[in-house]
Amino acid sequence: MVAPSVVLIALFGLVPVVWAFLLSFQHNDLQTPGQWAGFDNYRQLVHDPVFAESVRHTLVYTLLFVPSTLLLSLLAASALNRRIRGITVYRLAVFIPVVTSTIATGVIFTWLMDPEFGLINAGLSKLGLPTFGFFSSPHQALFAVVIMTVWGWVGFGALIFLAGLQGIPQDLIDAAQIDGCTRRGVFWRIEVPLLRPVSGFMLVWLTINALQLFDEVYVTTKGGPLHATTVVVYYLYLQAFQFFHAGYAAAIASVLFVVIAVITLVQLRLTRDTSAGER
Amino acid sequence: MTSTVDDVRRSGGPPRRRWRRPSGWHLVLIPVALVMAAPLLWMVLTSVSTLAETRRFPPGLPSGVHWANYTQAWSDSPMARWLVNSALVSTTCVVSNLVLCSLAGYAFARLRFPGSQVAFIAILATLMVPFQVVMIPTLLIVKHLHLVDSLPALILPNLATPFGIYLLRQFFVSLPLELEEAALIDGAGRLRILRSILFPLMGPPLSTVAVLTFLSVWNDFLWPLVVIATPNNMTVQLGLATFQSAHYTNWPVLMAATVISQIPVLALFLLGQRYFVQSIANTGIK
Repeated sequence: MVAPSVVLIALFGLVPVVWAFLLSFQHNDLQTPGQWAGFDNYRQLVHDPVFAESVRHTLVYTLLFVPSTLLLSLLAASALNRRIRGITVYRLAVFIPVVTSTIATGVIFTWLMDPEFGLINAGLSKLGLPTFGFFSSPHQALFAVVIMTVWGWVGFGALIFLAGLQGIPQDLIDAAQIDGCTRRGVFWRIEVPLLRPVSGFMLVWLTINALQLFDEVYVTTKGGPLHATTVVVYYLYLQAFQFFHAGYAAAIASVLFVVIAVITLVQLRLTRDTSAGER
Repeated sequence: MTSTVDDVRRSGGPPRRRWRRPSGWHLVLIPVALVMAAPLLWMVLTSVSTLAETRRFPPGLPSGVHWANYTQAWSDSPMARWLVNSALVSTTCVVSNLVLCSLAGYAFARLRFPGSQVAFIAILATLMVPFQVVMIPTLLIVKHLHLVDSLPALILPNLATPFGIYLLRQFFVSLPLELEEAALIDGAGRLRILRSILFPLMGPPLSTVAVLTFLSVWNDFLWPLVVIATPNNMTVQLGLATFQSAHYTNWPVLMAATVISQIPVLALFLLGQRYFVQSIANTGIK
């Protein structure tokens, strides 16, 4: 009964992990058999200025993307958690980006953020505000990617937080309100603390996805202008499939894997501790 | 003078329902909804504009519905082929995940066989591995199987997913054993039990697996980008990305192509909104 799944997951899940690790110690061009390289790839990685740059971009992106998405989706979920007329329409508007593909998002935002004819610059200039170069400006491109991806992820976050909010027993909130707690008090003192496990999950989920940013960069800027949006996975892709340095790319992948594994394990530890403490 | 409905009511018609003050939350929610919906609305508006209408500043609403963009997007690309490819690949993966993950999940929940613990932990461990890490070896495996640049290359790595197995195992563990015991004593096989006793109960976990598999395979980009080269073998996401580089700055046609590429998922989402929302919420609560 398990055989088919186990074979498939072993072949496409476990074998490639080990293989990737071995590849990172080879020179491999994806065509001819690889040659043993020892620690060459890792040594090169330490001295590679573009890799250092890509790590920096990834960190800046993650530090901007994760907190803003987290906060905005919590606020959106809280606003959507009411029984008022038309709430299904509001929810629909917020949730639709969840099923919009990353590629479509990238194409749409390239148009919205077009420096000359884009809707966003038009709106800004109408309000008398300065306009932006967005993806065409080396100083702004990464921020433009942040705005675009926050739009793409807020719906997902709001959906998860809304499910969490609806799981909070109504009597808790009623009791607090009878005791004179305001709406704002209910939000900060009851709902936010009770959402801790959900927020923990979201924090890790968003961080992992931020570290793996690729699709949106590929469609909008191809890592440019002037490397401004070259993030780790984009650099990995370039090395593997444009320059055919598969061994070097595998070394980048191993580093990424270790970082993500550490974050996941820390999160598992933390959530286990808090849930044990609550019960 | 003609009397309107309002006049009739005012002059002693049936009493109107007590007017309730609309909630102040509308003032918050309307701008939120507008900001979230604006990019998609603008996509639709641009897709029916003429090229000239997108080259003026400030931009405005289209003068009429210019359907020609859609016919051009459709005829300038193998769009139909891309949609069929995406549909084929994602339905195959959904069906196979439903079957294989149910079987494996049930076995891991109920049967003890040599290595069952190790195998389950190994499967859980692969949940943590990002695809970019295994991408290069996966390409080499697919190359050894002589499947590069074909639809099976897109299907094979997604036939059974660790998340689906984990989800179904947790579901079976939560079911009481008594459900199956009578049938076991009567000599029914495990497969028979799964099919006729447990299957009717499996709606919620199966719909979650179906929705999540569908979304992840349909919207996947990196793997198709790496393994597919021929336009006729592309999925709709990869196709859209190549279409973009060919029609750069012809925004109406590009937006028409984007709308077409989004219609299937959007239609499914609107039809099965409850399942979609429930399934996506399930990823968060564990």
